[in-house]
Amino acid sequence: MATDTAQREAHWQKTRNLMIIHLVIWFTFAFLVHWFAPQLNKISFLNFPVGFYMAAQGSLAVFVIQLFVFAKQQDNIDKEFGVAED
Amino acid sequence: MAFKFKSGGFIENLPKIYGLYTGGFLAFFALMAIFEQMGMGADTIGILFVSFTIVIYAVIGWLSRTMQVDAYYVAGRQVPPVFNGMATAADWMSGASFVAMAGGIFLGGHAYLAFVVGWTGGYVLVATLMAPYLRKFGCYTVPDFIGTRYGGNLTRICAVIVLVLASFTYVTAQINATGTIAARALNIPFEVGVWFGLLGILICSMLGGMRAVTWTQVAQYIVLIIAYLIPVFWMSNSQGFGIFPQLMYGDAVQRIMELEPQIGVGTLKPAADFATQFPGLKALTTLHATPGEGPLNAFRFVTLAACMMIGTASLPHILMRYFTTPSVRAARVSVAYSLGFIFLLYFTAPALATFTKLQLLDPNLSTSIIGKSFADVEAITWIQKWMSIGMVAIKDFNGDGIVQINEFFLRGDIVVLATPEMAGLPYVISGLVAAGGMAAAMSTADGLLLAIANALSHDLYYKIIDPQAETRKRLIVARVLLFAIGALGAFVASLKLTGILGAVAWAFCFAMSGLFFPLVLGVWWKRATRAGAIAGMVIGLGVGTWYLYMVKWGGMVPWYGLDHLRFGIVGATASLIAIVVVSLMTEEPDAETQAMVDEVRIPRGETILGSSH
Repeated sequence: MATDTAQREAHWQKTRNLMIIHLVIWFTFAFLVHWFAPQLNKISFLNFPVGFYMAAQGSLAVFVIQLFVFAKQQDNIDKEFGVAED
Repeated sequence: MAFKFKSGGFIENLPKIYGLYTGGFLAFFALMAIFEQMGMGADTIGILFVSFTIVIYAVIGWLSRTMQVDAYYVAGRQVPPVFNGMATAADWMSGASFVAMAGGIFLGGHAYLAFVVGWTGGYVLVATLMAPYLRKFGCYTVPDFIGTRYGGNLTRICAVIVLVLASFTYVTAQINATGTIAARALNIPFEVGVWFGLLGILICSMLGGMRAVTWTQVAQYIVLIIAYLIPVFWMSNSQGFGIFPQLMYGDAVQRIMELEPQIGVGTLKPAADFATQFPGLKALTTLHATPGEGPLNAFRFVTLAACMMIGTASLPHILMRYFTTPSVRAARVSVAYSLGFIFLLYFTAPALATFTKLQLLDPNLSTSIIGKSFADVEAITWIQKWMSIGMVAIKDFNGDGIVQINEFFLRGDIVVLATPEMAGLPYVISGLVAAGGMAAAMSTADGLLLAIANALSHDLYYKIIDPQAETRKRLIVARVLLFAIGALGAFVASLKLTGILGAVAWAFCFAMSGLFFPLVLGVWWKRATRAGAIAGMVIGLGVGTWYLYMVKWGGMVPWYGLDHLRFGIVGATASLIAIVVVSLMTEEPDAETQAMVDEVRIPRGETILGSSH
């Protein structure tokens, strides 16, 4: 059954890894790209300077997509270990 | 609700109900546009827009009245993810987001975008670290989680204190915003507008608690997003910026960057005494899309974004929205929808700021004012109107008769409110924008007031003072508290102590200082103990508040540019150290608590706390 200790630990291991992956992506688009905004502004995307674009739109779009993907992935993990809701 | 449907219940019919509602609102908008053509006055249109929408919210509030505990606290846990997403977006987007954000970008340029990034990125933390687990826990309030996970009344009280401090700081700003908008739209004094706004807010939440707030917030989201998007699309199309402005304003950004050196943005400074002549107004002195060079500027950007993100994930009025979904899975999906709905407004705000700026600066456009003669500019209707209430000012400091960038002053808030007039759009658009701003401020105030009143009635009154209280008594206490806190908030707001934005940023910093690590580690670190959690909350909030006081009033030089808007960084760091150190010094939590944490980590199974507790 799904609720024995080893299963739970394996489930939590995978859940934690997924969380870390998503926080790394989050860190990149929340902080890293904006740290280099002056350099990124020298290149352009859709005629936007990229440093400005990322802060006004790019990072935001990444967060939205990321959250839908996360919900799907976590759901798959829950199903794999039989701990999803019915 | 009291409706009867031909097939299915209320929840199954939600898309139909809100579809009809949206159609009805658009029809009302069209009707107002026709009335305007027939010669109805601008003031009447403004009054009709604001009062019509408030009456609708009040009707929804009335229909959602309830005397059941789980309906009052968590809307019966049956709100579908998409609708909860809309409600959260309205809960989240405050008067500041709606009214002040585009103006902030207009005046502050790239540096201000830290708010835009921060107020969206926080949802990644909400989804990965918090929302699904709190939903599984089955709590009614955030202190309910802290109090049960760590145990003990003192823990619960500490969480209530942090919650009240953060939310109350925030709610005064929202009541202030409703007062400002009501005062302008209805032509009443600000002090009366504040109480009028409060009345609207209370009607939405008093009778039905979370259930009423949920369904009014969905309605308010629809109004506010329509009100934000229509003017931008209209302006963009009529001024030739393209049909989908959010993707096509790159050229406008380039054009501004080209114009800035020519007209002296950043090089021409306003006369030293302008601040005393025009209180609250600012001249444009910051470059639009060019970030400040150097590590200090980069550091200031990321620390501000970090405060807003971590604050987002600690603010109880947001977290409690995810207690209302039918399942853990639905809570996760709902966070994604929330951010999607928020994104619609937040990626439009920079576009709006860019278009408005270009219209004022570009000498090739008929709407421009920079470089024109004072006589011409003073003849423009919207300039006259906003000058008469002290929100715009021009003054010929160098005496050459030409308006220069450092001789034109405005209040950031008017960028959203006055843009329709700047672009020469009909007044019906301004009425729509006023209704949208009102919806944004009211929905946030509702969520905040409910968070405070629920924490006091459930955690303080029921869990600590009178655990034997019967349902009826509990819900009456909850309503009395709601009323009392609302009245107190309106009283404080009428004193006009801080600007809208300062108070909002502080609320985030208070919440992250006291609540973030006790919440996260409550799920993710079994070793976190009661003493650790108390230390984390008390020391985090204490150090954060001390730092705020020292930097803002005590004359201390901020550490590494961490000014009063960023004090949460200091508070949350202290909180983390305190909770880890004290937890390791105390005995590890008992087997029962550890088993409870294990149970929170998997979606399957009953909630930790019963559906009615």
